[in-house]
Amino acid sequence: MMLKKKNIKINGDTIFKYAIGSSVVVLIMLIVGIFVSLIVYSYPTIAKFGFGFISGHTWDPVTEEFGAYPFLIGTLITSFIALILSFPVSIMISILLSEYLKSGVIHNYVKSSVELLAGIPSIIYGFWGLFIFVPVVREVQMYFGITPYGIGILTASLILSVMIIPYSATIAYEVISLTPSEIKEAAYSLGATHFEVIRKVILPYSSSGIVAGVLLSLGRALGETMAVTMVIGNSHILPDTLFAPGNTMASVIANEFTEATSDVYLSALIEIGLLLMIVTAFINVVGKMIIKKFSVGMS
Amino acid sequence: MADKLENIKSGNMGRGNLSFRIFKDRLFKIFVFVISGLATIPLLLILFYIAKMGIASINWEFFINLPRPPGEVGGGIANALVGTLILILTSSLIAIPPAIALGVFMSENKTKSFSKWIGSGVEILQGIPSIVIGIIAYVWVVRPMGGFSALSGSVALAIMMIPFIAKSTEETLKMIPLHLKEASMALGVPYYKTILKVVMPAGLSGIVTGVIIAIARVAGETAPLLFTAFGNHFMSYSIFKPMNSLPLLIFNYAGSPYDEWHSLAWGASFVLVVMVLLLNIISKILSKRWKVKF
Amino acid sequence: MESKILKIKDFNAYYDDAQVLKDINLSILKNNVTAIMGPSGCGKTTLIRAINRMHDFTPNARMEGEILLNNEDLYQMEPIIVRRKIGMVFQRPNPFPTMSIFDNVIAGYKLNGIKLSKEDRNNIVEDSLRKSAMWDEVKDNLHKKGSFLSGGQQQRLCIARALAMKPEILLLDEPTSALDPKATAHIEELISELKDYVTMILVTHNIAQAARISNYTVFLYLGELVEYDKTNKMMTTPKDKRTEEYLTGKFG
Repeated sequence: MMLKKKNIKINGDTIFKYAIGSSVVVLIMLIVGIFVSLIVYSYPTIAKFGFGFISGHTWDPVTEEFGAYPFLIGTLITSFIALILSFPVSIMISILLSEYLKSGVIHNYVKSSVELLAGIPSIIYGFWGLFIFVPVVREVQMYFGITPYGIGILTASLILSVMIIPYSATIAYEVISLTPSEIKEAAYSLGATHFEVIRKVILPYSSSGIVAGVLLSLGRALGETMAVTMVIGNSHILPDTLFAPGNTMASVIANEFTEATSDVYLSALIEIGLLLMIVTAFINVVGKMIIKKFSVGMS
Repeated sequence: MADKLENIKSGNMGRGNLSFRIFKDRLFKIFVFVISGLATIPLLLILFYIAKMGIASINWEFFINLPRPPGEVGGGIANALVGTLILILTSSLIAIPPAIALGVFMSENKTKSFSKWIGSGVEILQGIPSIVIGIIAYVWVVRPMGGFSALSGSVALAIMMIPFIAKSTEETLKMIPLHLKEASMALGVPYYKTILKVVMPAGLSGIVTGVIIAIARVAGETAPLLFTAFGNHFMSYSIFKPMNSLPLLIFNYAGSPYDEWHSLAWGASFVLVVMVLLLNIISKILSKRWKVKF
Repeated sequence: MESKILKIKDFNAYYDDAQVLKDINLSILKNNVTAIMGPSGCGKTTLIRAINRMHDFTPNARMEGEILLNNEDLYQMEPIIVRRKIGMVFQRPNPFPTMSIFDNVIAGYKLNGIKLSKEDRNNIVEDSLRKSAMWDEVKDNLHKKGSFLSGGQQQRLCIARALAMKPEILLLDEPTSALDPKATAHIEELISELKDYVTMILVTHNIAQAARISNYTVFLYLGELVEYDKTNKMMTTPKDKRTEEYLTGKFG
């Protein structure tokens, strides 16, 4: 009885525990608050268009008809092209760093280059893309006789692919480095070449971790805003070629949010934000779960 | 079968032909080197152009003057520099206390079953696209206050900083050996003093490093500021008014048709990149220099 | 007269500037078990790894001298061919965790890109698992991953994997050091039985093990080959004083 009373007494420890614990309340309030706010503020369009919001092809603020389909497609296309382009590069970089050059000048150069790529703000990618890269794309398009927009879906995907290399490369490097030397030696002792060891032992062994890295860079690509906004061309029409200008979910919010004067218009943009958040949260959580499972399996 | 095995022993096989296998091995190695080398080229190009164009537009006036109307030379980015500093300062003040508390909570409760839910919560928060954070700061702060403000921008940046700092704090504190804590507890030091005076000082370099990296991340953020801090052509020190920042200035001027403004944007890009790189380097030096050895 | 399958001539090994093997001269006889024993740090693992060129992956390791397999210098051959002719079993069982038991046994063929007919594959797997005395234990679970196997079973799976390549020599680097006594006994029994198929070189720090399963024994001390003789002869009447001291537990 005495002991119990002592525990209830207010002292430094109790205050400290409450103070620390209150941060969890802040975290929960933030997450729940963000979700609820997005739902509440996008309710006008959820009620008005329902699922038509996702499948609708027309985005017309004047007539207040809002269909986000072109932006969904724009987001998916840019993200997947970026992923397809960056994936092999990321794997090659991680193999170089973990298998061929485990230390030394080139190792450090490539490794810090990848770290720097992650550190450069996305506005810099966008600005550089718009002033240096877009003119180059335009030249190439003129050469091939394509309408020389310069900006467009493909340009955005190319820039995006460079931006997401660090995310998959870092994780792939980490999981490939965790491959036990025992099983690598076993494969060598059977007469396999280095390439065969990489392809048939190391990559299968690290596959789940590599997938997680891909998912995390996908999550990153889906939500990327500034670089894409600056070079994608901001067109509301569903793009018919990869060279055509388009829009992504993030870029349409960035471009139009401050112009959205009516409540329905604002609600339409916030609903896009809600969709974007649900998709990226899902992808991130799945990716992190795979990584955790992988690293638990290691130990 | 026997034939085949003889072949295998001598290394001559149809498909697995030895010289072809060695050729593939060498080819792959070359391929890995070439692709990795090519992958670093975009970075070099970006850094090269930012440096080349940026340095050309930088001089003393660039740092102390305000932007001038198009057509006039000699404008500067003083307001964006001051704005970036104020935004970082305010958002750090908002984010650091709850973030570090959260990190301490997570490392102290790492064995509890709910801790993985909290971990997932932090990851969800970290994964929210920055543009969505901008929307949230708009509906939570801009709307009730009736206008764009530096405060709303700081709230947006703070929401982005919290998961970063919380995670790095947690990871740092997790690495601190249990015997350190036990040694303090065994001397009769209360739990909270043990954490505050023994555990956290031991992990200080990791915590500070985490804060600096978080600052480096948000210093370049544009999307969450577009409809919160909004940007401002004039000097402003009030967190209740719209405020300019380096990334906002780059975005607004990049989209303008004026060469003078483009040149300001190049200069601002250079300053921003140098700032972010410096913060990263400082964090690396700190984590090496200050490292407490156990 | 038994034939000499492997000849090691004037062999030296260095890590950076430290010499770990000094002028080793040794001939291994076919279809025998040769044990290499000695106190830790004597260079026995270095020697066995030199035989299938596993040191190629250690940048600071340097080898001098010749190792001849059927009168052909291993260091003039392609390392991948060397390793296919000379199999290896490691200290810790290391089956490939991403492959089934079946695939683990034929991993050497899969890794080397050798296409086998279904029949050949089945024959090789059954034959190798029978030789490693595992067939009855795993024949119903061939296509499951090997993770449910005990440590001893995993090690026998690794032996089957090495045997599947029909190596001329099988190197065993302290194959029982990570196993319990019962599994150790099982592996030792297996090694004695395998003599008919393959020449084996066994590294061990366990004198009793060398005595139990080897025909010949090499005693290495501080990088030097001190004595090489029939096992029963060396165990009973060692020629060198150092061998005698080691066998009677004076050091190591």
